[in-house]
Amino acid sequence: MRARVLIRPKAGILDPQGEAVQRALPALGFAGVSNVHIGRLVELDVDDPDELESMCEKLLANPLIEDYEVQLLGPSSD
Amino acid sequence: MRFGVLQFPGSCDEVDALLAARRVGEAELLWHGERDLRGVDAVVVPGGFSYGDYLRAGAIARFAPVMEAVTEFARKGGLVLGICNGFQVLCEAHLLPGALLGNANRRFTFRQVQLEVVRGDTRFTSACAAGDASPMGPPPPPAILSIPAKHSWGRYYADASTLDELEAAGQVVLRYAPGDNFNGSLRDIAGVCNTEGNVFGLMPHPEHAVDPLTGSTDGLCIFESMRLAVEGARV
Repeated sequence: MRARVLIRPKAGILDPQGEAVQRALPALGFAGVSNVHIGRLVELDVDDPDELESMCEKLLANPLIEDYEVQLLGPSSD
Repeated sequence: MRFGVLQFPGSCDEVDALLAARRVGEAELLWHGERDLRGVDAVVVPGGFSYGDYLRAGAIARFAPVMEAVTEFARKGGLVLGICNGFQVLCEAHLLPGALLGNANRRFTFRQVQLEVVRGDTRFTSACAAGDASPMGPPPPPAILSIPAKHSWGRYYADASTLDELEAAGQVVLRYAPGDNFNGSLRDIAGVCNTEGNVFGLMPHPEHAVDPLTGSTDGLCIFESMRLAVEGARV
Protein backbone atom coordinates (compact mmCIF):
# COMPACT_ATOMS: atom_id res chain seq x y z
CA MET A 1 0.00 0.00 0.00
CA ARG A 2 1.28 3.45 -0.93
CA ALA A 3 0.75 5.93 1.88
CA ARG A 4 1.36 9.60 2.47
CA VAL A 5 1.90 11.15 5.88
CA LEU A 6 1.38 14.90 6.25
CA ILE A 7 3.09 16.39 9.28
CA ARG A 8 2.18 19.90 10.43
CA PRO A 9 3.31 22.12 13.28
CA LYS A 10 0.60 22.12 15.96
CA ALA A 11 -1.76 25.09 15.91
CA GLY A 12 -0.57 27.92 18.10
CA ILE A 13 3.12 27.07 17.90
CA LEU A 14 5.19 29.84 16.35
CA ASP A 15 6.09 28.85 12.78
CA PRO A 16 8.91 31.18 11.64
CA GLN A 17 9.21 29.47 8.24
CA GLY A 18 5.52 30.00 7.56
CA GLU A 19 5.79 33.62 8.64
CA ALA A 20 8.76 34.23 6.36
CA VAL A 21 6.93 32.79 3.35
CA GLN A 22 3.79 34.73 4.22
CA ARG A 23 5.84 37.94 4.14
CA ALA A 24 7.62 36.98 0.93
CA LEU A 25 4.50 36.31 -1.16
CA PRO A 26 3.08 39.87 -1.09
CA ALA A 27 6.52 41.14 -2.07
CA LEU A 28 6.11 39.11 -5.28
CA GLY A 29 2.72 40.63 -5.94
CA PHE A 30 0.51 37.88 -4.43
CA ALA A 31 -1.96 39.69 -2.24
CA GLY A 32 -4.42 38.20 0.24
CA VAL A 33 -2.24 35.43 1.64
CA SER A 34 -2.57 34.47 5.31
CA ASN A 35 -2.17 31.54 7.68
CA VAL A 36 0.87 30.07 5.92
CA HIS A 37 2.30 27.02 7.68
CA ILE A 38 5.07 24.71 6.59
CA GLY A 39 5.29 21.04 7.46
CA ARG A 40 6.76 17.81 6.09
CA LEU A 41 5.59 15.13 3.70
CA VAL A 42 6.59 11.46 3.96
CA GLU A 43 5.53 9.00 1.25
CA LEU A 44 6.08 5.30 1.74
CA ASP A 45 5.06 1.80 0.69
CA VAL A 46 3.92 -0.37 3.58
CA ASP A 47 2.83 -4.00 3.81
CA ASP A 48 0.56 -3.28 6.75
CA PRO A 49 -1.18 0.13 6.74
CA ASP A 50 -2.38 -0.54 10.30
CA GLU A 51 1.17 0.10 11.46
CA LEU A 52 1.24 3.66 10.09
CA GLU A 53 -0.29 5.20 13.20
CA SER A 54 2.37 3.65 15.39
CA MET A 55 5.14 4.70 12.95
CA CYS A 56 3.92 8.28 13.21
CA GLU A 57 3.75 8.23 17.00
CA LYS A 58 7.19 6.68 17.41
CA LEU A 59 9.27 8.26 14.69
CA LEU A 60 7.72 10.14 11.77
CA ALA A 61 6.16 12.88 13.91
CA ASN A 62 6.78 14.26 17.37
CA PRO A 63 3.26 14.40 18.83
CA LEU A 64 4.36 17.07 21.33
CA ILE A 65 4.84 19.62 18.58
CA GLU A 66 3.31 18.15 15.43
CA ASP A 67 -0.01 16.84 14.12
CA TYR A 68 -0.02 14.16 11.46
CA GLU A 69 -2.50 12.91 8.92
CA VAL A 70 -2.23 9.57 7.14
CA GLN A 71 -3.57 9.24 3.58
CA LEU A 72 -3.76 5.85 1.81
CA LEU A 73 -3.01 6.31 -1.89
CA GLY A 74 -3.56 2.84 -3.35
CA PRO A 75 -1.28 -0.01 -4.44
CA SER A 76 2.46 0.19 -3.81
CA SER A 77 4.53 1.89 -6.48
CA ASP A 78 7.20 -0.23 -8.20
CA MET B 1 35.34 9.82 38.01
CA ARG B 2 34.96 8.56 34.47
CA PHE B 3 32.78 10.23 31.84
CA GLY B 4 31.51 8.45 28.74
CA VAL B 5 30.92 10.76 25.76
CA LEU B 6 28.63 9.33 23.08
CA GLN B 7 29.64 9.50 19.45
CA PHE B 8 27.02 9.26 16.69
CA PRO B 9 27.63 9.54 12.97
CA GLY B 10 27.41 13.32 12.54
CA SER B 11 28.45 14.27 16.08
CA CYS B 12 30.95 17.11 15.97
CA ASP B 13 31.46 18.30 19.54
CA GLU B 14 32.33 14.99 21.15
CA VAL B 15 36.07 15.74 21.25
CA ASP B 16 35.57 19.11 22.96
CA ALA B 17 33.24 17.39 25.45
CA LEU B 18 35.88 14.71 26.03
CA LEU B 19 38.60 17.31 26.62
CA ALA B 20 36.35 19.36 28.92
CA ALA B 21 35.48 16.27 30.97
CA ARG B 22 39.18 15.37 31.22
CA ARG B 23 39.80 18.65 33.03
CA VAL B 24 37.90 17.24 35.99
CA GLY B 25 38.28 13.47 35.55
CA GLU B 26 38.78 10.69 33.02
CA ALA B 27 36.74 10.43 29.85
CA GLU B 28 36.31 8.11 26.90
CA LEU B 29 34.19 7.98 23.74
CA LEU B 30 31.30 5.51 23.46
CA TRP B 31 30.34 4.59 19.89
CA HIS B 32 26.62 4.75 19.05
CA GLY B 33 26.48 1.08 18.08
CA GLU B 34 27.63 -0.12 21.49
CA ARG B 35 25.25 -1.35 24.17
CA ASP B 36 27.82 -1.39 26.95
CA LEU B 37 28.60 1.86 28.76
CA ARG B 38 31.82 0.26 30.10
CA GLY B 39 31.05 1.21 33.67
CA VAL B 40 31.31 4.98 33.23
CA ASP B 41 30.05 7.17 36.09
CA ALA B 42 28.31 9.72 33.87
CA VAL B 43 27.25 10.06 30.24
CA VAL B 44 27.57 13.12 28.00
CA VAL B 45 25.42 13.26 24.85
CA PRO B 46 27.36 15.78 22.78
CA GLY B 47 26.49 18.37 20.17
CA GLY B 48 26.51 17.96 16.43
CA PHE B 49 24.17 16.62 13.78
CA SER B 50 23.57 13.00 14.74
CA TYR B 51 22.43 10.97 11.74
CA GLY B 52 22.38 14.20 9.76
CA ASP B 53 19.48 15.52 11.88
CA TYR B 54 17.26 13.78 9.31
CA LEU B 55 13.52 13.94 9.99
CA ARG B 56 13.99 15.98 13.21
CA ALA B 57 17.09 16.71 15.25
CA GLY B 58 17.66 13.72 17.52
CA ALA B 59 14.76 11.69 16.11
CA ILE B 60 16.90 8.87 14.76
CA ALA B 61 19.76 9.03 17.28
CA ARG B 62 17.35 8.26 20.10
CA PHE B 63 16.93 4.75 18.66
CA ALA B 64 20.69 4.06 18.48
CA PRO B 65 21.74 0.93 20.40
CA VAL B 66 23.77 3.00 22.86
CA MET B 67 20.65 4.99 23.78
CA GLU B 68 19.00 1.84 25.18
CA ALA B 69 21.90 1.58 27.60
CA VAL B 70 21.76 5.31 28.37
CA THR B 71 18.02 5.09 29.10
CA GLU B 72 18.61 2.17 31.48
CA PHE B 73 21.53 4.04 33.07
CA ALA B 74 19.32 7.12 33.57
CA ARG B 75 16.50 5.02 35.07
CA LYS B 76 18.95 3.73 37.66
CA GLY B 77 19.88 7.29 38.60
CA GLY B 78 23.05 7.71 36.51
CA LEU B 79 24.02 11.26 35.52
CA VAL B 80 23.30 12.16 31.89
CA LEU B 81 24.23 15.54 30.40
CA GLY B 82 22.89 16.50 26.96
CA ILE B 83 24.45 19.44 25.15
CA CYS B 84 22.75 21.03 22.11
CA ASN B 85 22.07 18.08 19.79
CA GLY B 86 22.42 15.92 22.91
CA PHE B 87 19.61 17.94 24.54
CA GLN B 88 17.48 17.34 21.43
CA VAL B 89 18.24 13.60 21.59
CA LEU B 90 17.26 13.42 25.28
CA CYS B 91 13.98 15.23 24.59
CA GLU B 92 13.19 12.91 21.67
CA ALA B 93 14.01 9.94 23.94
CA HIS B 94 11.56 11.33 26.54
CA LEU B 95 14.32 11.43 29.13
CA LEU B 96 13.66 15.17 29.33
CA PRO B 97 10.37 17.05 28.89
CA GLY B 98 9.60 19.26 25.91
CA ALA B 99 11.07 19.65 22.44
CA LEU B 100 13.42 21.95 20.52
CA LEU B 101 12.02 23.84 17.52
CA GLY B 102 13.60 26.00 14.80
CA ASN B 103 15.03 29.28 16.07
CA ALA B 104 12.53 32.13 16.03
CA ASN B 105 15.12 34.18 14.11
CA ARG B 106 15.13 31.42 11.41
CA ARG B 107 18.92 31.45 11.33
CA PHE B 108 21.80 29.34 12.44
CA THR B 109 23.17 31.55 15.19
CA PHE B 110 26.54 31.38 16.87
CA ARG B 111 27.08 33.81 19.72
CA GLN B 112 28.09 34.09 23.34
CA VAL B 113 25.08 34.03 25.68
CA GLN B 114 24.70 34.91 29.33
CA LEU B 115 22.86 32.28 31.33
CA GLU B 116 21.21 32.77 34.69
CA VAL B 117 21.74 29.84 37.00
CA VAL B 118 18.16 29.42 38.25
CA ARG B 119 19.07 26.34 40.26
CA GLY B 120 22.57 26.29 41.71
CA ASP B 121 21.83 23.23 43.82
CA THR B 122 21.53 20.49 41.19
CA ARG B 123 24.03 17.72 40.44
CA PHE B 124 24.96 19.66 37.28
CA THR B 125 25.23 23.16 38.73
CA SER B 126 26.31 22.85 42.39
CA ALA B 127 29.76 24.24 41.50
CA CYS B 128 28.22 27.09 39.48
CA ALA B 129 26.65 29.07 42.31
CA ALA B 130 28.22 32.46 42.95
CA GLY B 131 30.73 32.44 45.78
CA ASP B 132 30.73 28.65 46.05
CA ALA B 133 34.48 28.08 46.01
CA SER B 134 36.06 24.65 46.11
CA PRO B 135 39.56 24.84 47.63
CA MET B 136 41.16 22.62 44.98
CA GLY B 137 39.11 23.82 42.04
CA PRO B 138 39.09 26.86 39.79
CA PRO B 139 37.97 30.26 41.10
CA PRO B 140 34.21 30.35 41.67
CA PRO B 141 32.28 31.19 38.52
CA PRO B 142 29.48 33.74 38.80
CA ALA B 143 25.82 32.80 39.00
CA ILE B 144 25.69 34.16 35.47
CA LEU B 145 27.51 31.86 33.04
CA SER B 146 28.97 33.21 29.81
CA ILE B 147 28.88 30.32 27.34
CA PRO B 148 28.66 30.10 23.54
CA ALA B 149 25.53 28.85 21.79
CA LYS B 150 25.45 27.71 18.15
CA HIS B 151 22.39 26.11 16.66
CA SER B 152 19.45 26.39 14.29
CA TRP B 153 16.98 24.32 16.34
CA GLY B 154 17.14 25.63 19.88
CA ARG B 155 13.73 27.06 20.66
CA TYR B 156 12.62 25.24 23.79
CA TYR B 157 8.95 24.35 23.67
CA ALA B 158 6.51 22.60 25.97
CA ASP B 159 2.81 23.28 26.43
CA ALA B 160 1.81 25.86 29.04
CA SER B 161 0.78 23.34 31.71
CA THR B 162 4.05 21.42 31.33
CA LEU B 163 5.99 24.69 31.63
CA ASP B 164 4.07 25.53 34.81
CA GLU B 165 4.88 22.09 36.22
CA LEU B 166 8.57 22.44 35.33
CA GLU B 167 8.81 25.79 37.05
CA ALA B 168 6.89 24.62 40.12
CA ALA B 169 9.10 21.52 40.42
CA GLY B 170 12.33 23.52 40.02
CA GLN B 171 13.30 21.76 36.80
CA VAL B 172 14.21 24.97 34.98
CA VAL B 173 17.95 25.03 35.72
CA LEU B 174 19.21 27.74 33.33
CA ARG B 175 17.57 30.71 31.63
CA TYR B 176 18.86 33.06 28.97
CA ALA B 177 19.62 36.44 30.52
CA PRO B 178 17.45 39.34 29.26
CA GLY B 179 18.29 40.05 25.63
CA ASP B 180 20.05 36.73 25.04
CA ASN B 181 17.08 34.52 24.14
CA PHE B 182 17.77 34.73 20.39
CA ASN B 183 16.09 31.41 19.60
CA GLY B 184 12.71 32.29 21.13
CA SER B 185 12.71 29.62 23.85
CA LEU B 186 9.53 29.76 25.89
CA ARG B 187 10.03 31.44 29.27
CA ASP B 188 13.69 31.99 28.32
CA ILE B 189 14.49 28.37 29.19
CA ALA B 190 18.05 27.35 28.27
CA GLY B 191 18.39 24.17 30.32
CA VAL B 192 16.05 21.74 32.10
CA CYS B 193 16.42 18.62 34.20
CA ASN B 194 14.12 15.65 34.75
CA THR B 195 12.04 15.27 37.92
CA GLU B 196 14.71 13.09 39.55
CA GLY B 197 17.44 15.65 38.75
CA ASN B 198 19.85 13.14 37.20
CA VAL B 199 19.28 14.04 33.53
CA PHE B 200 20.02 17.57 32.35
CA GLY B 201 20.03 19.18 28.93
CA LEU B 202 20.98 22.62 27.65
CA MET B 203 21.38 24.22 24.24
CA PRO B 204 24.52 26.35 24.89
CA HIS B 205 27.92 24.63 24.95
CA PRO B 206 29.73 24.47 28.31
CA GLU B 207 32.40 22.25 26.74
CA HIS B 208 33.47 25.20 24.52
CA ALA B 209 33.99 27.45 27.57
CA VAL B 210 36.67 25.69 29.59
CA ASP B 211 39.85 27.50 28.56
CA PRO B 212 40.76 31.21 28.95
CA LEU B 213 42.07 31.03 25.37
CA THR B 214 38.49 31.00 24.08
CA GLY B 215 37.27 33.76 26.37
CA SER B 216 35.44 32.02 29.21
CA THR B 217 35.90 29.11 31.59
CA ASP B 218 32.34 29.30 32.93
CA GLY B 219 31.39 25.98 31.32
CA LEU B 220 33.80 24.03 33.47
CA CYS B 221 31.53 24.26 36.53
CA ILE B 222 28.98 21.97 34.84
CA PHE B 223 31.56 19.16 34.58
CA GLU B 224 32.95 19.95 38.02
CA SER B 225 29.44 19.73 39.52
CA MET B 226 29.00 16.28 37.97
CA ARG B 227 32.33 15.17 39.42
CA LEU B 228 31.30 16.42 42.85
CA ALA B 229 27.97 14.59 42.57
CA VAL B 230 29.63 11.29 41.65
CA GLU B 231 32.66 11.41 43.93
CA GLY B 232 30.60 12.81 46.80
CA ALA B 233 28.20 9.93 46.37
CA ARG B 234 31.04 7.40 46.61
CA VAL B 235 32.36 8.51 49.97
